[in-house]
Amino acid sequence: MVDRLFLRRKDLIDGGEFAVKTNWRVQLRPIAFIAVLLLLWAVTVRRAPGHLLPGPWGVVGGVADLVRHGLLIKYVVASLFRVTWGFLLAVVLAIPLGLAIGWNRRAEMAVNPILQILRPISPLAWIPIAILWFGVGDLAAISLIFVGCFFPLMLTAINAVQNIPAVYVNAGRNFGLSSGGLVYRVLYPAVIPSLIVGLRITLGIAWLVVVAAEMIAVSSGLGFLIVDARNAGNRYDLVVAGMLIIGVIGLLLDLAMQSLEKVKSFRWGYSED
Amino acid sequence: MSLTQPLSMPAAGTTKLSVDAVSMVFVRDGKSTHVLQDIDLEVSDGEFVCVLGPSGCGKSTLLNAMAGFLAPTSGEIKVDGEVVTKPDPRRIFVFQERGVFPWLTVEGNIGFGLFKLPRAERDARIAYYVKMVGLQGFEKTYPQELSGGMKQRLEVARALAVNPDMLFLDEPFGALDSITRLIMRAELLRIWEAERKTIIFVTHDIDEAVQLADRVVVMSARPATIQQIVDIDIPHPRDISSSRYLELRDGIFQQIGLAHKI
Amino acid sequence: MNTLSEPRPWERLFWPILATVLLLALWHYSVLWSGTKVFPSPREVEKGMGELVRHHVLWGDIADSLRRVAAGFGVAVLLGIPLGLVLGWYPAANQVVNPAMQILRPISPIAWIPVAIILFGVGDRAAVFLIFLGAFFPIVVACINGVSNVPSVFRRAGRNFGLTPTQRLAKVLLPAALPQILIGLRIALGIAWLVVVAAEMIAVDSGLGYLVIDSRNSGKRYDLVVAAILLIGVIGLILDAGFRRLEKLKSVRWGFRNES
Repeated sequence: MVDRLFLRRKDLIDGGEFAVKTNWRVQLRPIAFIAVLLLLWAVTVRRAPGHLLPGPWGVVGGVADLVRHGLLIKYVVASLFRVTWGFLLAVVLAIPLGLAIGWNRRAEMAVNPILQILRPISPLAWIPIAILWFGVGDLAAISLIFVGCFFPLMLTAINAVQNIPAVYVNAGRNFGLSSGGLVYRVLYPAVIPSLIVGLRITLGIAWLVVVAAEMIAVSSGLGFLIVDARNAGNRYDLVVAGMLIIGVIGLLLDLAMQSLEKVKSFRWGYSED
Repeated sequence: MSLTQPLSMPAAGTTKLSVDAVSMVFVRDGKSTHVLQDIDLEVSDGEFVCVLGPSGCGKSTLLNAMAGFLAPTSGEIKVDGEVVTKPDPRRIFVFQERGVFPWLTVEGNIGFGLFKLPRAERDARIAYYVKMVGLQGFEKTYPQELSGGMKQRLEVARALAVNPDMLFLDEPFGALDSITRLIMRAELLRIWEAERKTIIFVTHDIDEAVQLADRVVVMSARPATIQQIVDIDIPHPRDISSSRYLELRDGIFQQIGLAHKI
Repeated sequence: MNTLSEPRPWERLFWPILATVLLLALWHYSVLWSGTKVFPSPREVEKGMGELVRHHVLWGDIADSLRRVAAGFGVAVLLGIPLGLVLGWYPAANQVVNPAMQILRPISPIAWIPVAIILFGVGDRAAVFLIFLGAFFPIVVACINGVSNVPSVFRRAGRNFGLTPTQRLAKVLLPAALPQILIGLRIALGIAWLVVVAAEMIAVDSGLGYLVIDSRNSGKRYDLVVAAILLIGVIGLILDAGFRRLEKLKSVRWGFRNES
């Protein structure tokens, strides 16, 4: 039965099977869905007795509270600050290194096993060492984010280089490009699409790590908010408010990176959606 | 035969497929494209019909409509008297070799449509069609290890295994090199003569159409109409240097408006 | 890329071993030269690992971590794959659910810890819940992508041969989407491994993550800390490698281009 439903739509739309028409009614549906979820949440919370978890309104109140005390901006900025530093540091070190290693087959063979062992180690596991070297504070958190981003970025860069179609390199050589010219005019443009995808994914990782790092190693930021709100008075409305803000900002960061992918000169690297 | 006469009577025999005043309009982002305009066609049982036209003229759309993947904006398509509303295993569509399932072996692919049969009969049929398309020895091979021509043969075998009445082929040899194409054409004719299915074959290659078909339906550019239907009255095997062949071929060349000399 | 000459087979072992030896040497001498009293040298880490093994604590911790991963990952697979398949097949459904998912997805499982503790108390179940959260979204996303990227020729062939929608799901969509689903599963497993360690550092008192924290807290045994860290890496690698073997199966290999 559903088959016929989509068959009809498909008749009129060239090419795309099962394509979805957009009008205002359809665009409203996801919002309705979220509304339903919120309703379920509110109902469940009300029915569970003696609980600590807030309902949706409680969370809104929590956010308002944070704004009133000026903490919202302060914490968001703190978290973003650490993410930026840790991420950029990792980018600046890992990408050139990764590109160079990817270019040289023997270097990649040498480094790969080490990378493969270090990569699955949760950045948080490095906490004792980070605290040992940097003490509790911003630097420790940034170092954790750095570690969390470094390995994925290296691997992204290595993969990006290895996946350059040989035809591009051969064409470059054919036209007499020197090594430097080859790197600047073939390698660099060719790797940018996959690099940007890797950057987006790693930024997401950085955002996950900062929250976790802040729960342990520092005394400001959204992660800290979550831990502190609970410890100092069971303010679960603030806890969940913090979680939601984390989600929203993480989403915004991701969207920002996606818009980078849309920049025209990079678009050749992505197939049309 | 007059060049202005758009229709010709189908060969003797029952009508298998009839296309009745079919038009096709696509709407995308508010723009409508008229792809097909008022197509009338009748195909007899066991006929081999080629639909010929330049790329993008809508012949694939027509074929998809005949197979039931698209519904015409107006008009009707009937097979055996029934209106076509959806795809059916009695009318199998053969895509280019990319339609072959890469996660199944040759055997798996050919047996794909045979799920309703008991095990023994399925195996027997698979073995038969493996032999018919000449893929013996490759039963357990995966498509990624086959050449383009072999994959195409596999797809034809898969289509034939369910014993359809009709086959629709959409430029099936397009991705193959010209030598393999010649071989595949001979193969297809051999299979057709053995099993006498009704075949509708879309192509942009004039030679291919004249070599294979009983009738060639020449389509105009978009919005596509039937420009001419040419009866190819040369018996198989066709001599491609015979004067009749060249005459028919040149007639179509002219119809499409192509100069002789390059 | 740089085709000076094709590396010979023995080089596959030589270069990594050389690099590792250099790295260990660098580590060893850094510890010596900096005169640190706390940070362990490779030798000390090795001894620490031996100690862990001898005291039988290690195997229990490894088993605990793996067990939690298995549970959380398993639930994520059981719930995530059907959901992902459905959302991938009906873009209309996906369009409705997607924004909600996009907001929940960037919330680190670690941020869920207080909520998890309220819902499940301190202990195993909370950890499993967190692992589930971490693995769930990548699996769903991979399934959605896998299904929606199935070329329309395959779907059409499925309809053409008279398969019912259920049969099409099982015999066409699933096998066609499987390579991408497997990649998603592998990534989700990696995430699960990261989350279990983090969860164990905060919310439970056994497992490799706990071992890391505990070794430091009770006695500043940084040799054990580093030993545990390396073990975490090795086991994570084994899990990942195991999954990659699945990707080499012939009925799936077609979906991967040259695997690095």
